[in-house]
This record gives sequence, C-alpha cells and structure tokens, in this order.
Amino acid sequence: MAGFVARRIAKGILVLLAIVVLNFFLIRLAPGDPALVMAGEAGAGDEVFVAQLREKFALDQPLPSQLAAYLRSIVGLDLGYSVRQQMPVATLIGERLPATLLLTGTAFLVSLSLGVLLGSLAARRAGTLADTAITGMALLFYATPLFWVSLMAIILFSVRLEWLPSFGFETVGAGYTGLARAADIVRHLVLPALTLGLFFMAVYVRMTRSSMLEVSRLDFVKTARAKGLTEGVIQRRHILRNALLPVVTLAGLQAGTLVGGAVLTETVFAWPGIGRLMYEALLQRDYNLLLGVFVVSSAMVLIFNLVTDVVYRAVDPRIEVAR
Amino acid sequence: MLKTIVAGTVLSLALAGTALAQAPKPGGIANVVIQPEPPGLMLAMLQNGPTQMVAGNIYEGLLRYDFALKPLPGLAESWSMSEDGKTYTFKLVKNATWHDGKPFTADDVIFSVELLRQTHPRARGNLAKVASVTAPDPYTVVFSLSEPFGPFMGIFEVGSLPMIPKHIYAGTDYKTNPANNTPIGTGPYMFKEWKKGSYIRLVKNPNYHVAGKPYLDEIYWHVIPDAAARAVAFETGKVDILPGGSVENFDVPRLSKIKGACSTTKGWEFFSPHSWLWLNNRKGPTANKAFRQAVSYALDRDFARDVVWNGLGKPATGPFSSSVRYHDPKAAKYSYDPAKAKALLKEAGYKGETVRLLPLPYGETWQRWAEAAKQNLEDAGIKVELVATDVAGWNQKTSDWDYDIAFTYLYQYGDPALGVGRNYVSSQIAKGSPFNNVEGYSNPSVDEAFAKGAVAVGDDQRRPIYEAVQKTLVEDAPVAWLLELQFPTITRCKVHDLVTTGIGVNDGFRDAWIER
Repeated sequence: MAGFVARRIAKGILVLLAIVVLNFFLIRLAPGDPALVMAGEAGAGDEVFVAQLREKFALDQPLPSQLAAYLRSIVGLDLGYSVRQQMPVATLIGERLPATLLLTGTAFLVSLSLGVLLGSLAARRAGTLADTAITGMALLFYATPLFWVSLMAIILFSVRLEWLPSFGFETVGAGYTGLARAADIVRHLVLPALTLGLFFMAVYVRMTRSSMLEVSRLDFVKTARAKGLTEGVIQRRHILRNALLPVVTLAGLQAGTLVGGAVLTETVFAWPGIGRLMYEALLQRDYNLLLGVFVVSSAMVLIFNLVTDVVYRAVDPRIEVAR
Repeated sequence: MLKTIVAGTVLSLALAGTALAQAPKPGGIANVVIQPEPPGLMLAMLQNGPTQMVAGNIYEGLLRYDFALKPLPGLAESWSMSEDGKTYTFKLVKNATWHDGKPFTADDVIFSVELLRQTHPRARGNLAKVASVTAPDPYTVVFSLSEPFGPFMGIFEVGSLPMIPKHIYAGTDYKTNPANNTPIGTGPYMFKEWKKGSYIRLVKNPNYHVAGKPYLDEIYWHVIPDAAARAVAFETGKVDILPGGSVENFDVPRLSKIKGACSTTKGWEFFSPHSWLWLNNRKGPTANKAFRQAVSYALDRDFARDVVWNGLGKPATGPFSSSVRYHDPKAAKYSYDPAKAKALLKEAGYKGETVRLLPLPYGETWQRWAEAAKQNLEDAGIKVELVATDVAGWNQKTSDWDYDIAFTYLYQYGDPALGVGRNYVSSQIAKGSPFNNVEGYSNPSVDEAFAKGAVAVGDDQRRPIYEAVQKTLVEDAPVAWLLELQFPTITRCKVHDLVTTGIGVNDGFRDAWIER
C-alpha cells in the first residue's frame, strides 16, 4: 500500500509538471497581456507606460526563459509573485482557500449525503409517488443552470423573504466574534452551498437509485432474503454497499473540483474564494496567479484521484490496488 | 421631487448654504459598491477607475474643480498666474499632515511631480511643458513653464496629480515600496484594511486639514463581482451608494425609483466620457471619407440613448463633449439619415465588403449597443460582422489596429488639450496603446491647431482655434461620434453631499454625511 501511494505521488508530480508547461503556453495563446490590460484600465497609457509594465511583469524576456524561470520557482515550491496584486501568489491563494473549501466542502457533504439518502429511498420505493417526486426533483436540478438557480434563490430568499443575506462571506463591520460570527458565516453560506450542491445532489440521487436497483436484482440479494435478513439490513449492507462504487467514482470527481469548481457560485454570491480569483486572473491575464491556481487545483485533482482509489478498496475489498 | 431637493441641497451647500441646506451630522458608516476590485490603491502607480474611486479619499491633489470646472482649493489654498502664462504660484494649506503625522510641505509637491513623471502616463503628458518646480518657502510652490500651456490650471485634480509623501518614497524603488499596500496620503479618510475579494475599509482621518470634516466614521467598499448581485445589494439595503457605472444600465431606472433612493448624473463633468466608433482610417472601406460619413449618418443615436441607455446620455455632435471648454454646438452635422448614408456609400464605391465591428466588452449594455449599431449599419447597406472579445483581447486588437470599426469611450478631462487632441493628432499614432489615435487619422492642419491651441493664452485666443478644428474634424469624420455618456450615481436619500464637485465620487467623501 505504501509503495503504491509513493509511486502514485511520483507519477503525480510528473503529471503536474506537464500540466504546468501546457498551461503556461495555453494561457499565452489568449490575446492580450497583463500590461495591456492594466494600461487599458487606466484609460491612458503611452508607450513608456506599457513598456514599464511589460518589464515589471518580465514579459520583455523571451518565452523559454520565462518558462524556465517559472519552472525553477515551482520546483522550489514557490508559486511566484503577482505583479498586478503586488503580493506573492501563495499568499493570495492561501487567503482565499479557506472560504472556497468551506463552500465547496459543505456543498460536497450536503450533496453526497442527501443524494445517497434520497437515491436509496427512491430505489426502495421504486415506482411509487415518493420515487417519482424524488427523481422528478433530481431531474429538475440536474437540468437547471446553476447561474439561474442562484439568482432565483437570491430573489426569493434575500429580496422577497429577507431571510438570508445575498452576498459576501460575513456581515462586514458587524464585529461579531466567536459563535455569533460562526452563525453569521453559516447564514451567508446557506444559499451558495445549496445552489452549488443541488446539481451534484441530483447526480448522486440518479446514480444511487439506478445502481441500487441493478444490484437488488442480483442473486446474493435473493440469498440474503432467503436467509431471513430484515429488509433494512439487506438494503444497507448488501445493496447499498455494493451499489456505492459508481457513487464513489463520482464523488472523487466532485472532490477534485473542490478548489476551482465554484466560479459561478462565488461570482453570483460575491464569495471571496479561489474560483473568483482564477476568473479575475484570467480576465486580467495575470499569468502567475492563474498558473498558481491551476497548479493548486490540479494538485487537488491528483490527490483526490489517489484518495478515491484507496477508498475503492475500503468499500470493495475485492478491488486490488493496481500495481 | 426628492431628486430636485437633493440636487438643490448639493448646489446650495457648494455655493453658500441656504435655508434648504440641513446641517451635516458627523458619524455613521457608508457602504459603497466597488467594481471591479482594484489591483491596488497607490494612485501614483495605478489609474484604474476603481483605484481612483477609493484612493480619492486617501490622497489629495492641489486643486479640485466645481461643476463648471473652475478650480477649488484642495491642498493649495490660493494660486496665481503670471501675465505671460508661464509662471504659476500655489500657496499650500499650512495645517495638512500625512496620515502618519508628518507635515505636508512644498517638498512633497516637488517630489510628487518628479515621481509622477516616471510612473503616471497622463501626468507625464500634462507636465511636458513644466521646466522647473521650486519652493521659495515650505508653503509656496512655483511652477515655471517653458511655454504657456492653456489647460495648466486643469491638471491638479487628485487622479491626475496626486500628492505623494516624500518621506516614504524618496530614495526607494517606487514600484516595490511596501507602502504601496498601505497607502498614506493627506486625504479625509485613512486606509485601514483590505480583505481581498470582500471589502476595503477606510476610517476617518481625525487630523484632516479642513476643520470639522470629514463626517463619516468609516467607509466600506464592497467587492461584488456580479452586476445583478450589486443591484440586489442596494435593493436589500446592504449598500447605500452605487457609484456611476456599478450596475447594468437597464437596472438604473428601477433602482432609482426604489423608495428612499436618489440619483444624480452630476459629478462626471471633469471626465465627460465621450463615446464613438473608431473607424480604421488606414485600410478597407473605412479608409474612405465618404464611407465614414455614411457610417455617421446611418447611426440612430436617439434610439441608442432612449432604448440601450434608458434615456441617459446626450447625442454627441462632434469631437468635443459639451462640458469640454470651447465646445461648439454649431459643428454638428450628422443626424440620423439612412437615405443620405446610402447615397454616400454609393459615392464611396462600397461593394458590400464585410466590415468587422468590435464591441466594447464592458457588459450587457455595450453588447446590446453593438447589436443596435450593427442593425443601423445593415439598414444602410453595410455588411457587418460582430467580433467577440474580452477586455484583454479588445485592448490587443485595438492597439494592434486589427479592426475595422470599434466601440470605445474616452474621458476628456475638461480641456481639448488634455483629453481630446490625443485621439486626432498624428504624433499620437503609435501601436501598443489603446488610448491614442487608434483610428490613424492624420491631418497636418489638425495637428497644427491642437499644437497652437495648447500654448495659446486666454480664452479669446484659444476659442477660435478650437472652433475651427471642430469643423474640420466633423467634416473629415475620422471616427463616428455616438453619445456623451452619463453614469448616474444612485444613493439612499439619507446620504447627503456625496457629489459636490465636477470630479464626483472620485473626489473623495470629504463632504458626505448620512442622516440618522
């Protein structure tokens, strides 16, 4: 097991380097550069100004030496410096990471637990009204664009009912501390986490339901029934556990997007997270910052792929971790 | 009704103060939207719109300008000009201090001029004719010019020539000075905290040099990236102030009508944003004058104002916006006349080549305007293809001259020599910048007129030069002027005296107070 993990990590680092090189060139294919963007925003800019900016961004260096410099700093575990924001990239990402992890983590847990719960309920009552209601709802959330759901949720819960705040991480300037602050953050978290979680919840519902229905027709379930086990035990220990594999695969995929996957939600709810940082860096062509976010989120994907493989084994001991 | 009362209040306070004016009450917190999040607040290095808006509270210039762009005291309390127009003397206020307690003196002014010449492209141009800056005593500054510069009194506003503390920046690398992240100025509010992605917090400067001001305890600038969410934040009362341009235009009428909301289009006189279509004068159909005139006749500006901009703005009659000095309304020539456009297209020998139209990627309003313009042009018989870009792509394409027709708008800074000439004189034709003579228009008589107008002394000499150049430009149609844009500032009516000068919200909140 330890050898497996070590080999996977070594491979992962190579993949990460390849991703860095690829992204480095990919983002430079987009028209414009950070110097022009800043000159543009200033509403003024002569050649001297743009040249000064290019020098500041090290854009006056030839491309290969820019890449070499970047790779050198990455290998030294340094994500570089964002000239635009006047801060080290690692600091910028570090500042935003907790907010994003709180949002995506909550959405992940809520969608996974609700999705599996509702999915198994629907499977158990297949064909009944409850099943139709659950699958209908899942289909609706699956098909509705996130952006629209977010805006509608704001209109309903923030504007009409005035139950929940519509933007931000916490009430600015309220000076809450301790539990009051936590409660305030939770109130801000509800809408974005729910809208972000709904889509994945719908996917888990559908996946769990169909997978459980498939498993429930297998011979060992008949055997379990013949043994006289209660329906609850059969559902939980025999059907659900065997039906979980595809759900775990999907959960692994969702976990991989924990860092960079909430751009829309973070934008609509003004949530100060990584997704927005990345989106803004893209529009501003802040190459170092953008690459930094890419590195961190690809590292997350690699880590969660590894975790998924290990979890597979826990869920289904028949699976040998590939050598 | 409410609107007129507030406008009246602002005006009367600015002038003398009448029975209408309520006495300002100190205290309170202002919650304001800032969009997009500025890259930094060091005004000498960054001139982005949002930077200017926030930093206008932290830094100050020597002068401010009223709605008619007449100078008002800032860090200078009085000023005089020599008869030959080559020497300007400023007396500084004596009790101004930097936020760290050090006194503000003439040395800081001299240093700021030096620094800005290196870092601030617009200041570099504005200061081109300044031969020397000297300080006969710590509170007097003398600018000596190599030759007269007509708009000189108009270059001292905070965004154009912010005062920078010498004791913090002298002898350092300006770009990497750590103070850039904790800006120190002389302004009414001090930088306190910046939670990236969430808010910027400024607090009252208790030692401000104007007695009794400012009134507010704190200002929070909220970063809300989505336009609809910004509108909701105002609707739900989470923010009290939406500076011009912070919500989509179609939300403006709705938000202005909310109970307890007031709006004003004042406070943009200094900037006077002027929009037009750049027509590439170098190649393609747009190189032909008759074709360019046809474009101007084909555009329905009233429709654009009434429908796209919800009635905000004013059709532009030529290169000078109406709040710019020496604007000549008689120069107008282009009305909406598709028949004339068709005739001119025929005269130009246009054979139906497709022209690429580059919209300004600044949100929905601009996208819709591009669609309306496309329809106008197609009605006149011009084949148009819209080219989609983001901001960086737009900058790249326009500064590389890779377009046929492109939407843009530019600030005019009140004087033709400051903000207008740069788009028409041939010395400003240079690749790599999206804010010069991008259309590539070149006319020696126009070059000469702008050069003469800048150094002529007094309105009597300057006016005829600029009126003549407006006629020439309207005839040559180097670009197709569209609208004088208006970006209303929407506030709760309990916020008073927010906009008291022609620089508007960018001039800082030194007069603003909140009724409680």
